[in-house]
Amino acid sequence: MSNSKQSEARVVHSPVFISGDDLETPMLKILRQDGTTYAGAELPEIDKTLALKIYDTFLFIRALDERMVAAQRQGRISFYMTQIGEEAADIGSTAALDAEDMIMAQYREQGALAFRGFPLEQFMHQLFSNENDLGKGRQMPIHYGSRDLHYMTISSPLATQLPQAAGYAYGLKLEEKDNCVICYFGEGAASEGDFHAAINMAGVYKVPAIYFCRNNGYAISTPSSEQFAGDGIAPRAVAYGLKAIRVDGNDVLAVLKATQEARRLAVEENQPVLIEAMTYRLGAHSTSDDPSGYRSKKEEEKWREKDPVARFKNWLIAQGWWSEEQDAADLEQKRQNVLAAMKKAETVAAPKVDELITDVYDVPPQHLQDQLDELKAHIRKYPEAYPKTAGRLDDE
Amino acid sequence: MSNMNLLQAINNALDIAMDKDSNVVCFGEDVGHFGGVFRATSHLQDKYGKSRCFNTPLTEQGIIGFANGLASGGHKPVAEIQFADYIFPAFDQIVNEAAKFRYRSGDQFSVGGLTIRTPYGGGIHGGLYHSQSPEAYFTGTPGLKVVVPRNPYQAKGLLLASIRDDNPVIFFEPKRLYRASTGEVPEEDYEIELGKAEVVQEGTDITVLGWGAQMEVLEKAVEMAAKDGISCELIDLRTLLPWDVDTVVASVKKTGRLLISHEAPKTGGFAGEIATEIQQRCFLHLESPIERVTGLDTPFPLAHDKEYMPDHLKNYEAIKRSVNF
Repeated sequence: MSNSKQSEARVVHSPVFISGDDLETPMLKILRQDGTTYAGAELPEIDKTLALKIYDTFLFIRALDERMVAAQRQGRISFYMTQIGEEAADIGSTAALDAEDMIMAQYREQGALAFRGFPLEQFMHQLFSNENDLGKGRQMPIHYGSRDLHYMTISSPLATQLPQAAGYAYGLKLEEKDNCVICYFGEGAASEGDFHAAINMAGVYKVPAIYFCRNNGYAISTPSSEQFAGDGIAPRAVAYGLKAIRVDGNDVLAVLKATQEARRLAVEENQPVLIEAMTYRLGAHSTSDDPSGYRSKKEEEKWREKDPVARFKNWLIAQGWWSEEQDAADLEQKRQNVLAAMKKAETVAAPKVDELITDVYDVPPQHLQDQLDELKAHIRKYPEAYPKTAGRLDDE
Repeated sequence: MSNMNLLQAINNALDIAMDKDSNVVCFGEDVGHFGGVFRATSHLQDKYGKSRCFNTPLTEQGIIGFANGLASGGHKPVAEIQFADYIFPAFDQIVNEAAKFRYRSGDQFSVGGLTIRTPYGGGIHGGLYHSQSPEAYFTGTPGLKVVVPRNPYQAKGLLLASIRDDNPVIFFEPKRLYRASTGEVPEEDYEIELGKAEVVQEGTDITVLGWGAQMEVLEKAVEMAAKDGISCELIDLRTLLPWDVDTVVASVKKTGRLLISHEAPKTGGFAGEIATEIQQRCFLHLESPIERVTGLDTPFPLAHDKEYMPDHLKNYEAIKRSVNF
């Protein structure tokens, strides 16, 4: 069967070029910075409980990010990535989902995981790669994952999660489950081949997937103007047979509304959707980056005025659900909690050396067992060179 | 028992796997109604429906990425890459994703259900891009299993074991033998254990080791050597990762000599790995240097493919060289 759209096309007899300018991509905005909503704006489904849960997650992430950047500067952890400025994007979208919808994140979506209820202690165990880390201390800080919370473990290579999301969603469709996958990525990652492979396959197989692009303006130092020539990411999805929507990514009500509608399309109609959230990374790319080399303070200030957390706080106060006093006290409490959890986690031992060879395969093959035995004999000979493991070789 | 060629044996294995486990799903380029360009998936779509056997868009990285996602949800995808020469766009999804999925999550998630089937090897006038043997790119990746069958019986048993193994497996199919190799194959379900080599022929003078399509070549060389009174022990490695060191060590300790042969280029080829391990474990038993008979360190040529190939004559000469050292 060939393409039915082509055979229905209007026929012309002189050259007509189509252009991206012919396609208008509107931007959904619901909430103004002062906490009022636009006239006629269609609000998402939200009650006080959900609103306060979203905001609680905002504040938690602020406290966590602030503290862990400091911890990295003090040399207590090797690496960190903040999501300051982008909280409304991942937290607002995850808030639209069912708790069993799979999250396949890029790396700057700790808010989505916190919203799902990942305990502070588990964040810390991962960041300190200690023996209580669910990932057994194997990955760099911020590579979280939780099977119980339907949050796929992060991997560093960019966009690899996109075709995986199509496959996972296809599995949900085979099982006839009323769930979907949300897959987060940045506008830079959308230049990877895996993006195009994924969106095309999602369109062809009509899978229950939501592709959520955090267009935060920069891929490390490269501005989006040097990343692509078209009108952002949303129009690409249309070409592959997805529905697409662009939202103000600093407007949590708009993100929530768009994702609630997208989820309905994905789960009820097997219509994959791409959401492009326009936002800004207020912090550095990571603790290894210094944005002053590629963007101005003035630009950052402009975006600081659009802070998604302050914007939502203003709305909550206007609803009579929150106050400035509560805000200050709550943030302070969260800072103390983070500090206490950090102090505890950094004293927990590293995983035992035996964990080096588990999970490479379902069962360690003989050659891995041999290599471990050899390694242990070596560590016994030079225990001072391997302080993390030397003292615990025999406490089986 | 029935007489099958290698393709029929693979098709039969897929049929049994899909029949017994509804989690098994087959897909790849032209795999659906058409049954694959080599017909390995013939009739599977008719039998199991479009949702379990289907075409994919032309995107190898997409195919394996999709397969990883499907496997991470507990399904058992059998993804076909039409030619092993075209597996490289999927290299990232195989090496960085499939192979590390379980390890990086602390066993919270895995793609253990994944099997990648792909035809490899020369001898079909395929030139540079329908002839390669890229197994050694993958044997350097912990977390993968790499399997290569030599005939229809082996193909069926090893493929069923690969699909059911709880680790990602790359299953390289010797496409030169797809129709050329025939033999008796049980109709029922059976598996051949992964990670175990097979001593195909016992001998006393030299161990001759290979896998996949190269086994047919080695059988000829060993026959020629037998006429000169040289007794060869012929071993099919079958699984390259993890490989059966013990069987090879036991053989070399008996014969004192080893020849390893593969179609892939010599430099960086898997023979180098085997030779190193064996010289370390069997140093005092070796009577002569370990021989490697391989493809040349060139891209795979079209006009000169006979010259390039590690054929029976090159292997016969190497056997004599080793025995007469």
